[in-house]
Amino acid sequence: MQNLDPILQTRGLSVYYDAKKAVTDVDLDVARNRITAIIGPSGCGKSTLLRCFNRMNDLIPSARVEGQVLFDGLDLYGHDVDPTEIRYEIGMVFQRPNPFPKSIYDNVAFGPRINGFQGDIAELVERSLVRAALWDEVKDRLKASALSLSGGQQQRLCIARALAVEPRVILMDEPCSALDPIATLAIEELMRELSEDYSIIIVTHNMQQAARVSHYTAFLMVEEARVGFLVEFGESRQIFTNPKDERTEAYITGRFG
Amino acid sequence: MVRADFDRNLEELEAELLLLGEMVEKAIIKAMDALERRDLTLAYEVVAEDDLIDEKRFELEEKCIDLIATQQPLAVDLRTLLAVLHIAVELERMGDYAEGIGKICMIIGDDEPVETPKQIPQMARMGITMLRRSLKSLMDRDTDLANDVWDSDDEVDALYDGVCHQIFLDMGQNPKTIEASTHFLWVAHDLERIADRATNIAERVIFVVTGRIGRYKQPSQGTD
Amino acid sequence: MSVISQSEFQRRRARRKWMGRAFFGLCLLSVTIALGMLALLLVYLLIQGATGIDWSFLTSFASRHPDKAGIKAAMLGSIYVVIVAGVVSFTLGVATALYLEEYAGRSKFAKIAKINIANLAGVPSIVYGILGLQIFVHSLHLGKSVLAGGFTLALLVLPIVIVAAGEAVRAVPPSLREGSYALGATRWQVIWHMVIPQAFPGILTGVILAVSRAIGETAPLIAMGALTFVPFTPDSPLSRFTVLPIQIFNWTSRPQAGFQEAAAAGIIVLLVILLVMNAGAVILRNRFQNKWEG
Repeated sequence: MQNLDPILQTRGLSVYYDAKKAVTDVDLDVARNRITAIIGPSGCGKSTLLRCFNRMNDLIPSARVEGQVLFDGLDLYGHDVDPTEIRYEIGMVFQRPNPFPKSIYDNVAFGPRINGFQGDIAELVERSLVRAALWDEVKDRLKASALSLSGGQQQRLCIARALAVEPRVILMDEPCSALDPIATLAIEELMRELSEDYSIIIVTHNMQQAARVSHYTAFLMVEEARVGFLVEFGESRQIFTNPKDERTEAYITGRFG
Repeated sequence: MVRADFDRNLEELEAELLLLGEMVEKAIIKAMDALERRDLTLAYEVVAEDDLIDEKRFELEEKCIDLIATQQPLAVDLRTLLAVLHIAVELERMGDYAEGIGKICMIIGDDEPVETPKQIPQMARMGITMLRRSLKSLMDRDTDLANDVWDSDDEVDALYDGVCHQIFLDMGQNPKTIEASTHFLWVAHDLERIADRATNIAERVIFVVTGRIGRYKQPSQGTD
Repeated sequence: MSVISQSEFQRRRARRKWMGRAFFGLCLLSVTIALGMLALLLVYLLIQGATGIDWSFLTSFASRHPDKAGIKAAMLGSIYVVIVAGVVSFTLGVATALYLEEYAGRSKFAKIAKINIANLAGVPSIVYGILGLQIFVHSLHLGKSVLAGGFTLALLVLPIVIVAAGEAVRAVPPSLREGSYALGATRWQVIWHMVIPQAFPGILTGVILAVSRAIGETAPLIAMGALTFVPFTPDSPLSRFTVLPIQIFNWTSRPQAGFQEAAAAGIIVLLVILLVMNAGAVILRNRFQNKWEG
């Protein structure tokens, strides 16, 4: 793809859980400061692929990764690379909002604190909450429990928490699937704002969301012979109006199976 | 099969569109018939029946909007629905031209019959063929046929040039025929527009199949 | 589909309701019996021993004369031993639970270890006494001291703490761990900042259970050499000692009525100490538990 300035690239990326293959030989470029969506049917390996970017698959004992994941040229799975260092640069937001059972302030401050941040934490917390479009709603009750927020607010809190460690990439694993439609649209708008300063990868099973929000879309599929392989990648505008591969078309028009 | 309802709706929609095409084709044939035989009753029918064509077009438009709103179509489904919308408009305009020919027939009334320039029935035949083929190319998703329709337009344009030239000569030579000749000019113009609209339909067919918008070839002249 | 006649249906519904009520009645009866017996015990104790509790009782040593008998030595001995046992079993137990749950995870070793630890809870307590005698008293040269007694009891209650702490750690939602890791926390940071605070109420429950068990143990302490007649208070971790259950048992085996009263009073003191310790732990647990509920 011309004119795509990649911040992350995978080369021949495959993931195994014990003997079972979950992702097959994926070559994917993720554009800098753009939103890239990964779509595909259930079980096609989208989440597994996403978790390769911040080495969260390391936490699963049976998971084995082959191939390369390059972050501005550096192989994340190289010998000297410390996974916890990567996670400062590449943050993650999960499917169900998972605020810590602490105050709103302590949630956002958690990341910087464990990283040994020396500066003004209160200022960092405020900045992160502003960037996550949550500041106005919580500025008067930072000491209140994070669990007292609504679902949409909790997810924005998780985004603020991820932003507080100043990453360059934000990974989002179906961030809106546990939220109501209004909260979903709020998060989508937030994503568009954030994409000016951050590179975002979103996994979603909602086609319309992928079409609304992303600049680029990758379609992963599963067949009896192969699991989790990349069928097509392109500008979202083109994928959703005139995809090149008939499998992509079958999936996005809902004629799958 | 998933989306069986949607598929059925799409099929029904295309069938309705082809029905509209048939109505327009019949209108053109009737209008030309009326003109040739100076049949005022037939001409009147053509004018009256144009309302039915308009109604059918709005019906199709509504169905399209409905499906777009409720089914969130993407890719080929989206292109198909948009194409149906456009083609319905083109067909309705073609129906208007047929109505125009009918009105001219009524204006001519039972004046002294003047010899019809030979290009006019030729243009009519070609126009009807182009309409038929453009709709067939939609039915079969046949881009080759759509391209043929495109190419046929050149012939129609040539005929139009010819007939205009001829009529101007006649008018110059025989001022008494100016009024009748003007009427034929209008008829020729309507027929040329009908052929042109058929090429627009062919364009939309290519859009549905390939996703490419825009002119397939360079316009020759007088396109809207 | 067979059609059930109206009356048949009614009869079955009536029977279900009746069975529901009967079950409720059975449960209520069980509670009444259990609590009733407890109440009976407490009342008997209070009648027997309440009069015997006065300051001299609490501050005197044991004696051959029932009216001069006191539980100072036993009381202090119990408290010291239980503190040692509590601290040791807490640290060892939590560390073991953390290793088994967080580090060893689903390895075969962990599975075998957990099964065996659960079984240890059922070993007769006298066995721990003999073990304590051999290891702490003799091999480690601690003598028949408070320290040795505390360690012995710690071993006894260790399985309780490990099991409770293990359960508490397992109950911490994986989503919290994932969220922490995703922010760049190391394994240790996740455990220290997220898992332990979350699991703390459950761990404290384990400690409460352990302390309650330890304070009532008699046999293992006798086996490793606790005294029955102690005219001094333990002044160092290495001094000899006695505990309340032993003292109480000693008094009940004497014929004089006065000693029976003293025994009852001793039991009340034991219960009070137990209640105070438990209350402290429960208060602590509640503080952690309700802090961040939404």
